Amino acid sequence: MTTNHFENDLKTLPISEPVAGSLRRNGAVFKSLLPQTWATLWLMFFLAFCVNAAAQETADTLPQPLEQLRIGSMAEREQAIEQLGEDGRNLKLLQALQDGQLMDWKADSRLVIASESAKGYNLRDPFDGKAVLADVERDAVGKLNLTNKLRSVLRKAVGGLQLNADSADMRLEAVKAIAKDADDKALQMLRKRLEKERDAAVLAAIQEALWLQDINSDDKPARLAAIEALKNINNQSAYNRLRELAEPDAVADPEVAAQAKAAVKKIESRLQNYAAIETVFFGLSLGAVLVLASIGLAITFGVMGVINMAHGELMMLGAYTTYVMQQLLPNYLGTALILSIPMAFLVAALVGVAIERGIIRFLYGRPLETLLATFGVSLFLQQSVRSIFSPLNRSVSTPDWMSGSWQINDFLSLTWNRFYILVFCLLVFTALLQILKRTKLGLEVRAVAQNRGMAKAMGIPTARVDAMTFGLGSGIAGVAGVALSQITNVGPNLGQAYIVDSFMVVVFGGVGNLFGTLVAGFSLGIANKFLEPYAGAVLAKILVLVFIILFIQKKPRGLFPQKGRAADG
Amino acid sequence: MNFLKQDKTYASVLMALAAVTLIIPFCNLITSADSPLHFSAYSVSLIGKYLCFALLGLSLDMVWGYAGILVLGQGAFFALGGYAMGMYLMRQIGTRGVYGNPELPDFMVFLNWSELPWYWYGFENFGFAMLMVFLAPGILAFVFGWLAFRSRVTGVYLSIITQALTYALLLAFFRNEMGFGGNNGLTDFKDILGFNIQSEAVRSMMLLLTGSSLIGALLLCRWIVGSKLGRVVTAIRDQESRVRFLGYRVELFKLWVFVFAAMLAGLAGALYVPQVGIINPSEFSPLNSLEIVIWVAVGGRGTLYGAIIGAVLVNYAKTVLTGLMPDAWLFCLGGAFILVTLLLPDGIVGLLHRRIKPNLTLNASGEQPA
Repeated sequence: MTTNHFENDLKTLPISEPVAGSLRRNGAVFKSLLPQTWATLWLMFFLAFCVNAAAQETADTLPQPLEQLRIGSMAEREQAIEQLGEDGRNLKLLQALQDGQLMDWKADSRLVIASESAKGYNLRDPFDGKAVLADVERDAVGKLNLTNKLRSVLRKAVGGLQLNADSADMRLEAVKAIAKDADDKALQMLRKRLEKERDAAVLAAIQEALWLQDINSDDKPARLAAIEALKNINNQSAYNRLRELAEPDAVADPEVAAQAKAAVKKIESRLQNYAAIETVFFGLSLGAVLVLASIGLAITFGVMGVINMAHGELMMLGAYTTYVMQQLLPNYLGTALILSIPMAFLVAALVGVAIERGIIRFLYGRPLETLLATFGVSLFLQQSVRSIFSPLNRSVSTPDWMSGSWQINDFLSLTWNRFYILVFCLLVFTALLQILKRTKLGLEVRAVAQNRGMAKAMGIPTARVDAMTFGLGSGIAGVAGVALSQITNVGPNLGQAYIVDSFMVVVFGGVGNLFGTLVAGFSLGIANKFLEPYAGAVLAKILVLVFIILFIQKKPRGLFPQKGRAADG
Repeated sequence: MNFLKQDKTYASVLMALAAVTLIIPFCNLITSADSPLHFSAYSVSLIGKYLCFALLGLSLDMVWGYAGILVLGQGAFFALGGYAMGMYLMRQIGTRGVYGNPELPDFMVFLNWSELPWYWYGFENFGFAMLMVFLAPGILAFVFGWLAFRSRVTGVYLSIITQALTYALLLAFFRNEMGFGGNNGLTDFKDILGFNIQSEAVRSMMLLLTGSSLIGALLLCRWIVGSKLGRVVTAIRDQESRVRFLGYRVELFKLWVFVFAAMLAGLAGALYVPQVGIINPSEFSPLNSLEIVIWVAVGGRGTLYGAIIGAVLVNYAKTVLTGLMPDAWLFCLGGAFILVTLLLPDGIVGLLHRRIKPNLTLNASGEQPA
């Protein structure tokens, strides 16, 4: 160390203050000294010296690692980290170092925990992490540079401290951190913990980490046992290690090699299953989107026989409703999303009723004309949205609880938003089914769909029922739009992208059959996702379209054709 | 030619077409560029484009107006004809492309293709390309129609699967692997039959050719409609099952009209491509096919010349409106769909006829099969 360092040392030592104080006091006493008191004086000097020496000693033990960390060489820093890692009270400090928050306060020449503030950094005491020291400009502090080696030492130190923490979650984290690059010392720590550990998850994690080490050990039974155990575990690094072992000539022992090969095979077969599960999940979620998009159409087209080409644009209105709700409640995105479900239903249903009253009711019995007129409506709605909101896509945010994914194990994770949409689709479907089965409106809708003339004769106001049915179908399209806003771009072309697909789903499932729509949507979604790896996304879609075109030639009334008199209507 | 005496509108539409077809190229060839009688290259191409659309509308009217099959994918046949023509024009570029490859079009060189795909063989020959202009849409229509009509897919189901057909083709042609230029399509043409495609003479000739094809097609269609075959087709439109009970093979008649209309649309596409200088997958988009339907509906379906009037009028309105206020175009198109279906089921022609002869009933206003 240079002299400069030494001075810095003195400056930072809190103990040096009483020394200076005692000297000053001694000086004051000195002037009015009587000779007989010399002995006392000497004694005091001696005492002061002792205090000073004691202080010097404390200064050496406690802050010295910090000083080594601050200005020492890399080797000294490593030593300092290891030293700090032995005392549980230093956990906060080490974690701050890990997060890059531990900084060198230049003015005071000491280490502090710095957190971002308006001015620059807010400095706090490194030990308790609470006492605020100062609020300084950004350049008043310097960052500590860590090498990769230091990082790994640090990770282990933190892990070692956390390994004995009270919270099981923290211990689990610690085990994972330590296992990343385990050396003898780390293993020793883990073994020690294994004896004390009670929590099942932590136990399993420690066990896994130890097996991962045993796999390379010279002790053959331990090695075989480790391979045996690891083949049942879903762990990416276990899989990697086993694959290395299974390589030809990786190990001399044929028994180990054979077992490793068997283990890899077993894991791979499991991986295939997971891939299949994932594909089915993706397929189901795509199917859910298709079902959501086509279920409203199943009502207007299936039950009423009305071709509504503006269906996609009603979904678009639902998606834009979500956008508007989020603009109105910018701080409560999740609440806005939930609230937009009924709002989108209302908006789309009102527009739907207006379309029915204004246009469609003049065209009943002329499906081709209805198709053209509603196509006109769809162009109208598209252009309205373009004029009001701009032709660009609007961004709808995803609330926190919908983003991210559900990590089941190392090999299988399912995204939350897809999962929620699947659930949402089933909810909407059930709700719709209940409305049709159990409410008065549902009864009237079914009666009119089966035999309009007879229903009218029984006193059902068919005109009103028509409007309500169309409103219901449109409202559901709006609700589907809310779901779509979470997975695709919200723009004027949103509806167009889904209109061909949703007609296909309805026709494939069988017109007038809600369950048919559900089955058709899910099976097309899954078929699409299973084809994608072989054919690519676009070709898969084309293949599915061609399949449906051919299917309709064979069975023009879809998977589940309507039977009886209603089918002829 | 008795129908010309019976229906004055036919005569006037034919006269107008003949006038446009002959006068504009004639004026352009004999006058110099600054003469007031001279039409700019832009307007010659524009009028040529309108006439192509009129031919396309005519083809849809044959199949929708007379056979009652609402095809929402007529644009697919148009585009296929256009691609056949485009492939011929691509091969004519030769070494003048950016990469100067004598065999491969630029986009293939760009995609690192080493040789011409088999389906591009023969397109350097004009006769073969012309044959494909009719065969490509014809074969597709034949296969599709044979399957659909045989299994008695009718009404909205048929409409929707024709839309799915064009949508599938749209997706397919967007793929670079298809070998049709992907997103950008085929463009940057140099010459046709050895003549510079940009030159005024060629433009005028294309207009002349398009106009005479349109007149020829109109007369041919009118002849078919008036023949026994046409009467059976009309009868199928009005009462399919009754015609079947009378012993006619309904599906064969429908198939015939469908394939004929597809070939006519292919011809329209082939005439269109040299005049606009590009063909890309957007021609397959379902919206384009729906626009064709609105031309025919606005003009008045089941009259043949109505489709021509409708196609020209709607496209003229599109040119004017998209130039003046781009936002208004879709409002107008949407409004046209709604108003025509609600208020003008027989289109403009129906309106004219009602004013001239109030008690004349058109075929199209009869009972519609579902």
